[in-house]
Amino acid sequence: MSTTTAAPFTTKAKLGLKQRYALLTRGLDWEPSYQSKSALYPYAEFEGIKIHDWSKWEDPFRLTMDAYWKFQAEKERKLYAVLDSFAQNNGQLGLSSPRYLNAIKLFLTGVSPLEYQAHRGFAHVGRHTPGVGPRIAAQMQSLDELRHVQTQIHTLSHYNKFFDGFNEFSHMHDRVWYLSVPKSFFDDARTAGPFEYFIAIGFAFEYVLTNLLFVPFMSGAAYNGDLATVTFGFSAQSDESRHMTLGIEVIKFLLEQDPDNLPIVQKWVDKWFWRGHRVLGLVAMMMDYMLPKKIMSWREAWDIYFTEAGGALFGDLSRYGLRVPKYADIATAEAEHISHQNWCTFYQYTHAAAFHTWLPSAEEMDWLSEKYPNTFDKYYRPRYEMWAEMEKEGKRFYNNALPQLCTTCQIPMVYTEPGDPTTISFRSSHFRGDTYHFCSDGCKDVFDGEPEKYAQSWLPVHQIFQGQCGGASMEDVLKYYRLNPGVDNMDQTGSPDQVMWDAWMAARSKVGG
Amino acid sequence: MALVALDKDYADKIDIRDRVENFHGNIVVYLHWEEHLSFCAATAFPLLPDMPFGALLGDILPTYYGMHPDFAAIDWAAVRWTVDGTAVTPDPEKSLKDHGVGHKSLIRFWTPGLNGYRGSCS
Repeated sequence: MSTTTAAPFTTKAKLGLKQRYALLTRGLDWEPSYQSKSALYPYAEFEGIKIHDWSKWEDPFRLTMDAYWKFQAEKERKLYAVLDSFAQNNGQLGLSSPRYLNAIKLFLTGVSPLEYQAHRGFAHVGRHTPGVGPRIAAQMQSLDELRHVQTQIHTLSHYNKFFDGFNEFSHMHDRVWYLSVPKSFFDDARTAGPFEYFIAIGFAFEYVLTNLLFVPFMSGAAYNGDLATVTFGFSAQSDESRHMTLGIEVIKFLLEQDPDNLPIVQKWVDKWFWRGHRVLGLVAMMMDYMLPKKIMSWREAWDIYFTEAGGALFGDLSRYGLRVPKYADIATAEAEHISHQNWCTFYQYTHAAAFHTWLPSAEEMDWLSEKYPNTFDKYYRPRYEMWAEMEKEGKRFYNNALPQLCTTCQIPMVYTEPGDPTTISFRSSHFRGDTYHFCSDGCKDVFDGEPEKYAQSWLPVHQIFQGQCGGASMEDVLKYYRLNPGVDNMDQTGSPDQVMWDAWMAARSKVGG
Repeated sequence: MALVALDKDYADKIDIRDRVENFHGNIVVYLHWEEHLSFCAATAFPLLPDMPFGALLGDILPTYYGMHPDFAAIDWAAVRWTVDGTAVTPDPEKSLKDHGVGHKSLIRFWTPGLNGYRGSCS
């Protein structure tokens, strides 16, 4: 410091954001003295990823870190202010229809627990990353994910006061057959190595796929009067943007560090794109069938958020040698079919679903014809017309057998051959003397990449046959799921939810004169 | 491609949950009626390998597929069958095992002239 300046106050030069971030992160690191680095970070090398210089990591959050805490606190205050107002003003009465809430039940059982899984996964890789920059970034994301699961539970708990199907979501996530689809996705990611986890969740899930969940689906919630969900959606979305940035930075960092990383990363991108696309089929069905007031079709959402946005992303990454995920073309072609094939599945297994189902109305079918002009009338409208006729005759169509499941994605093998929507796509592999079945080349490739891992799949149908799910009868299995028959499941028409709603509306119209 | 695992003995420690010993003497058999996609997927059954094929025809198919309007019109003599991709001609007296049906086998059948509601394969 100069001694010649006679300033009345001594002020230190303020550190720049980059410097402050450097002190926060690099300053936290240390060189171990009595343990080796490999003993401290046992997971860092076995996947074959080569990192030569961790200090080259540029944390995408470094310039916003100071504002982070302030923003998050502000978002929490806003969220809970809106929730209070929603509760005090009986916000549930503003819904377009109680039917809409079935999408939210699926969200709560199938998506919110994934936020918790993401929290645990990022906490784990945060601990096990040798570089201090990504270690901090992963820990921050871990905290965000924990906030997401908490805000979702708090927000949706309002509906639990009035509607069925919300109370056992966490138990159901671990047990109900179709929830093994999202659960196995995260179980697979969390039991992989740390770099694969980063790509699976940080890149494939956050970057490529959560856009499709948080943007169009949250618009759907807004359009259907669900202020509770919109509020947490908006609160989460700014975090998601940061998470996506982290995902893309991980990819760039790995690819810049060593050319040997490229084939490993490409394999993970291929795998996790395909697995993510399968999980998102649930959202496809929410968009096309479960929103009473619809905003855009799954086909349209896919074209905007995957084909256009994803296309730009992969264009950007091509300079590293990374190509568009394998089977992206198949996934894009399947956007014509996936929502219909999934909804048909839940309709016929409505007795084993933890939400209500229905046949699309005439107006909804016209909307679907308009959105899917080349496929809906030819392949799906006749199916719904047949089932409507059967319903009218008192012979509502149920599938009373259990479905064959894909060993990898765990979805019933409902998907059809590329280019032929009338024939189921059957694929299989052999491993140690046994046969394993898959719904697609994408799922078969994942299995063939590491058969030892996927041969251990916990497939709900097989577990029921083995007697591991509470017993042999449907009643036993539903009890094991904690699913309340006749209340949580079956058709929307005549359900306690619908009966109560109709009574509310009748009372309201009386009061209104 | 090689397994990627931290534990070099991982491949020897795995627990294959669907091995036949876990199904109490049964094998898992998948059944699929082609061109009738109102049944969204092939269906799965735990069956005894010595069960006669006739029991499949007489008990299982009518119970689980009988509600479809096409079912009553099936000409059983004309039905085409495959077991794991190989064409078979069923003999009702012989067992599933005799037809080459093993653990996690897939039986597909086509019913000529019948391809779902208004020909839509539904």
